[in-house]
Amino acid sequence: MAKVDVRKHVLVPKHVKLSEKEKEEVLKAYSATIENFPRILKKDPALEGLNVKYGDLIRIERKSPTAGKTVFYRTVVLS
Amino acid sequence: MRLWKGDVEKMVSDALKELQGILPESIYQSMAESLPEKLSESKAALVAKKLVAEYNEMKVEPGESVGLVAAESIGEPGTQMTLDTFHFAGVSEMNVTMGLPRIIEILDGRKKLITPMMEIYLKKPYSEGQDIKKVALMIKETCLQDIVTEFSINVADSRIEAQLDLLRMRELGISDVTLIKALKASVPSIVVDVKGSTLFMKAKAKESGVSDVFKLKEKAKEAYVKGVRGVTQVLPVRKNDEYVILTFGSNIKKVLQLPFVDETRTTTNDVFEIESTLGVEAARQAIIDEVYKVIETQGLNVDIRHLMLVADVMCANGKVKGITRYGVVSEKASVLARASFETPIKHIINASLYGEVDNLSSVVENVMLNQPIPVGTGITKLISKNK
Repeated sequence: MAKVDVRKHVLVPKHVKLSEKEKEEVLKAYSATIENFPRILKKDPALEGLNVKYGDLIRIERKSPTAGKTVFYRTVVLS
Repeated sequence: MRLWKGDVEKMVSDALKELQGILPESIYQSMAESLPEKLSESKAALVAKKLVAEYNEMKVEPGESVGLVAAESIGEPGTQMTLDTFHFAGVSEMNVTMGLPRIIEILDGRKKLITPMMEIYLKKPYSEGQDIKKVALMIKETCLQDIVTEFSINVADSRIEAQLDLLRMRELGISDVTLIKALKASVPSIVVDVKGSTLFMKAKAKESGVSDVFKLKEKAKEAYVKGVRGVTQVLPVRKNDEYVILTFGSNIKKVLQLPFVDETRTTTNDVFEIESTLGVEAARQAIIDEVYKVIETQGLNVDIRHLMLVADVMCANGKVKGITRYGVVSEKASVLARASFETPIKHIINASLYGEVDNLSSVVENVMLNQPIPVGTGITKLISKNK
């Protein structure tokens, strides 16, 4: 059966993997360590094709009914 | 000239360079829509300044107990909700859990729903009603007993004879060959043969008593033949100029793979299925949508931000966790906080076994010890400067 691209689904917001430099900037802006962020599993279907590894920071661009667009961060964990 | 979002954004950022990117997108949008058409740049800057001040005024203050406010805001309307299920007009078997039971189901993170349902959107031309019945039947799970009129056991040959409903089979598009193939796949210990409208089934094992044949018959009745597993009812309905199939029973993973299904809009009310097929972020959105749908249909009004907070907490760990002692509460760092929720003795005994330390950094444990809680003004601390 055909593979489904879940990233096109209306419920799935845009996931972007941040580069090391961008990651440092975000960490500095929030004065936080990587463990402080909410998590996302490495095997999460929405991360398919992003080639993520443990400790990566994912920027999620959500559509919000109150703010229009909001940015959320999640860090990749294994389980 | 009409102002565009970008213009306003530029004006705001020109006026207040240090506040660039501080306002959410929707505020720029509504500002652009409500500003008069002719507006000098200095006036726009004034408006922008006022807007930013107003926005900052409206922000939740540091130390505000947002979780508590959310709990109250969802809990109070919960007392007015119905304890009923909602019935579909015309289809008596199809009812949907609504009201308080549904909210509890979602927020507790129950894996087994009372009424799992899917809303399947179709691709063109099926969404315009072409072959809608055929498509719906292709989604519905068909067991052997659905296409058989009568089962009988032939004791002498220790085999099962089943009268096939040929008309129904043709309707569903099942041929003898596909039937035999499907039966062999779902019940491996069986030998199948079709002669005319009779289906003969026999156990593979040489010696089989009557009770074995009887057991086999019961097994064969439930054997999967066609369709999507778990979908017990289908109901094509018209929804804003297009046909949508509502189903009772949910299996979104399989449904999304079907070629005639619109894989971008089809959803289920099972949050865990969404989590495993579409990811946590989709599950978060699904929690918000589902809870909001219930609250809305009950004619109640809860600010969606409370639901967003709850959904964020439930999905913070990459997996959906219910607000129960097994879910979110079990993740709390403080022993006393966990013990204060449910089953206190279990938590205290376990904590003493492992030598856990409580840093008293949160609210509940400080309430227990009669200390100032880190909420509101209690969150600030004094730092003395040495001279």
